[in-house]
Amino acid sequence: MARKRGGDPSSTDIDMTPMIDMTFQLITFFMFVMNFSEAEQDERIQLPLSQLAKPVEGAMETPITLQLTNGGAVIYAGELVAVRDIGGYLEREKSVMLDAGKEPSAATVIVRADGRAKTGEVQDIIRICQEKGFERFALRAQYDEG
Amino acid sequence: MAKRESSLGDKVAVDMTPMIDVVFQLMSFFMCSLKVVAPEGDFDIRMPLGVAAAAAPDDQQVPPVRVKLAAGPDGSLASISMNGAPVADFEDLRKRILGIVGTDTGPNSLAERTEVELDCDYGLKYVNVVRAITAVSGKVQDGQIVELIKKIKFTPPKRG
Repeated sequence: MARKRGGDPSSTDIDMTPMIDMTFQLITFFMFVMNFSEAEQDERIQLPLSQLAKPVEGAMETPITLQLTNGGAVIYAGELVAVRDIGGYLEREKSVMLDAGKEPSAATVIVRADGRAKTGEVQDIIRICQEKGFERFALRAQYDEG
Repeated sequence: MAKRESSLGDKVAVDMTPMIDVVFQLMSFFMCSLKVVAPEGDFDIRMPLGVAAAAAPDDQQVPPVRVKLAAGPDGSLASISMNGAPVADFEDLRKRILGIVGTDTGPNSLAERTEVELDCDYGLKYVNVVRAITAVSGKVQDGQIVELIKKIKFTPPKRG
């Protein structure tokens, strides 16, 4: 196949404008898609699916996320804690809230439990939270689009 | 004020290399830090400690619907019962709930006043609880969510 030869080989000006345009578009796309929220999501947790799980709208007031693994351990602030030991951590959360002039009942405890975890352990977590004065719970599930 | 004159005739060649470098670095950063997350949702439950014992009887309140979820030895769902009567599956449970509360879901409706009490075996896999909550709290009809019972509570956990 015959190759087309250009004119003057010494002055090859490449028009960079389309590439720069496209690159900026890509950056804008990634900036919009990027999740800046501090949502605590751990890949060790396989959430159960539900078609009715209401998508989280806006930021919750004082959320406390407790993630229960399949093995029965709680992931709290990135740390693995036994279910029976979370009381101490919740006590600390409670005192921080009281210092800020808020009641623990205003906080929402988000329970991200693995679908294979024991229900009794989820209930144990809820009971410990109740004993510390927390009464709002959000049982998190993965939205099932059907 | 004297105006500075520019030499319009000269062509200024701007070196684009640093800008392109930075732009590509930015793009690499955003691409690498992009985390694809599945959409999640919540089932809101308000469950203060000891409210069942402390609360005064309410004339408006209807007796709670008691749903029992029994577990097999491996934690799978062995049986479902509602107010003592056996239930075939979660779809059947939804139909029975619909039979109790009807289709009226407005303010002060039966659906709003009715409460479901989930009594689950300790070793039951949690996924079954979410299925039960899904069954009692609504259904998807023509892409729209029809809400049923919102008030859900658990019986105290029983080990064994």
